[in-house]
Amino acid sequence: MLKYSLRRLLWAVPTLVLLITLAFFMMRVAPGGPFDSEKSLPPEIEANLNAKYHLDEPLVQQYFRYLGQILHLDFGPSFSYKDWTVNELIADGFPVSLTIGSLAMLLAFFAGTSIGTLAALRQNTAVDYGAMGTAMIGISIPNFVVAPLLILLVAVYAGWLPAGGWDWSWQRMVLPVITLALPMIAYIARLMRGSMIEVLHSNFIRTARAKGLPETTVIRRHALKPALLPVISFMGPATAGLITGSVVIERIFAIPGIGSYFVQGAMNRDYTLVMGVVVFYGILIILFNFLVDLIYAWFNPRIRYEDHG
Amino acid sequence: MPGSIRAFGTKTMADNPALESANDAFAQALEQPEVQGRSLWQDAWHRLLKNRAAVVSGTLLLILLLLVIFGPMLSPYDFDYTDWDNIYHAPSLANGHVFGTDAVGRDLFVRTLVGGRISLLVGLVATLVSLLIGVTYGAVAGYFGGRLDQTMMRLVDIFYAMPFMFLVILLMVVFGRHIVLIFVAIGAVNWLDMARIVRGQTLSLKNTDYVEAAKVCGVKPAAIIRRHILPNLLGVVMVYVTLTIPQVILVESFLSFLGLGVQEPMTSWGALVNDGAQDMESAPWMLVFPALFLTVTLYCLNYIGDGLRDALDPKDHL
Repeated sequence: MLKYSLRRLLWAVPTLVLLITLAFFMMRVAPGGPFDSEKSLPPEIEANLNAKYHLDEPLVQQYFRYLGQILHLDFGPSFSYKDWTVNELIADGFPVSLTIGSLAMLLAFFAGTSIGTLAALRQNTAVDYGAMGTAMIGISIPNFVVAPLLILLVAVYAGWLPAGGWDWSWQRMVLPVITLALPMIAYIARLMRGSMIEVLHSNFIRTARAKGLPETTVIRRHALKPALLPVISFMGPATAGLITGSVVIERIFAIPGIGSYFVQGAMNRDYTLVMGVVVFYGILIILFNFLVDLIYAWFNPRIRYEDHG
Repeated sequence: MPGSIRAFGTKTMADNPALESANDAFAQALEQPEVQGRSLWQDAWHRLLKNRAAVVSGTLLLILLLLVIFGPMLSPYDFDYTDWDNIYHAPSLANGHVFGTDAVGRDLFVRTLVGGRISLLVGLVATLVSLLIGVTYGAVAGYFGGRLDQTMMRLVDIFYAMPFMFLVILLMVVFGRHIVLIFVAIGAVNWLDMARIVRGQTLSLKNTDYVEAAKVCGVKPAAIIRRHILPNLLGVVMVYVTLTIPQVILVESFLSFLGLGVQEPMTSWGALVNDGAQDMESAPWMLVFPALFLTVTLYCLNYIGDGLRDALDPKDHL
């Protein structure tokens, strides 16, 4: 187990280096610099600015400087938010994004597995078809369609909840979290239904039933754990989807998370901010994939034995 | 040699009455009308036709496709024509703006359909790009195997861990918002799954007898891949393509929604939804119609993909 974990962590290194390299050179190849949009500056000032941000050095030197900075987890100063470092911006936005993201993931996990299990137990009935048809809608409607519709119905017409903004109150969290969770609920429900049906057909479930165990015990004690496996391995890619989704959600609901900083930074050619966020997200996704792998191995004894051998 | 065999054959047959009658039966069978064999594809087609959700989705999608292609020709308005007398006009049959107009008086019916052309085009072309890269990559890795395969698949693993949406956004920011770039960027990002699937299939195909036979005959690897391996991948690839198209449409809409996709006055469903979302309180029709078209398209494509998968892979049928 330990060996396996270490190997997995080691593989994160080339991934990160490649990511940083790609993002770095892509940003630098771009026509136009970060100070272009402002009024035309006197050449001395521009030279000073470039010197301050080391933009006057050769590209390769800048690249290695940046790599070295990231080793110290320092993403440098932001170009467009003066007096802010990228670290500060991330520290400012991340708690907000993390709150919404983890709430959405919790909601998606519990709602998705419950709906999927229910559909599996009532296979080929109206309940099953209804649940799966709805899940397909959940997958097909993009969240940037769901969000305005929800705002229109719940906030504008009904007036039950605020339409946007952020002040850490639960009223402002409800709509963003639901919107973010919706496609994930749908995916998890479909996965869960499929795996649950498969597990319910297996021999050990037949044995459990033959022993005369009540159906709820069969499901809870015997079927649930193996049926959850595909759902768990889906949680890795789901995080990436969640992060991407949060960019849109934060924009629509005017939430000051990392996603909104990222879009702003992209529009303003704020190299360091965009790079910082991409690398930060990369680390996050890698870490989470790693975590999911560990949970999966813990859930699935077959993997553990293989590793000891 | 051939002569001697024939001589041997005729002699035995003439001597053996049982064989002779069998021969007659064989000749009779030959004269009977041929029994139609059902190929894998016909089987799959029949199964697909039995899937009601897939058939309904297919029909709906076909109607939508025809509407998107020919609809704009039927309307008296151009997609970038400004009707100054009817700005923010609600849908009405009287003045011909059946879906209403937008903030600068452009007809939303035509814009929705023209936007649909772009969205569907991006979906198709970007999927083709990812198909091309993914199939080539996967087939080469799977066919040659060994260290090459390991290196190539490690690379895919590494790519997998990347926040790709952000790299696409970076690409759009850096190189401007050209439609060709949208095709390439989305396609270049979406080939990973395809490469994995194709590699797995190729691994199992390359040890089949007919591939061995082709090798023995001295057929070159490129030709073996093209002629003997790729045709057998078609089923898996087709299912995957149907499921990729809606994903790609979604990515394009996502980019356009953020203002990083197609440029005005050209439009796509994502861009239209974005416009609509900003004016939804005063002009909800601007949001509803493009959103409806986009959602129905994605819904249909997903159902067709699901149906195809069930039809082509009966083992997986739950």
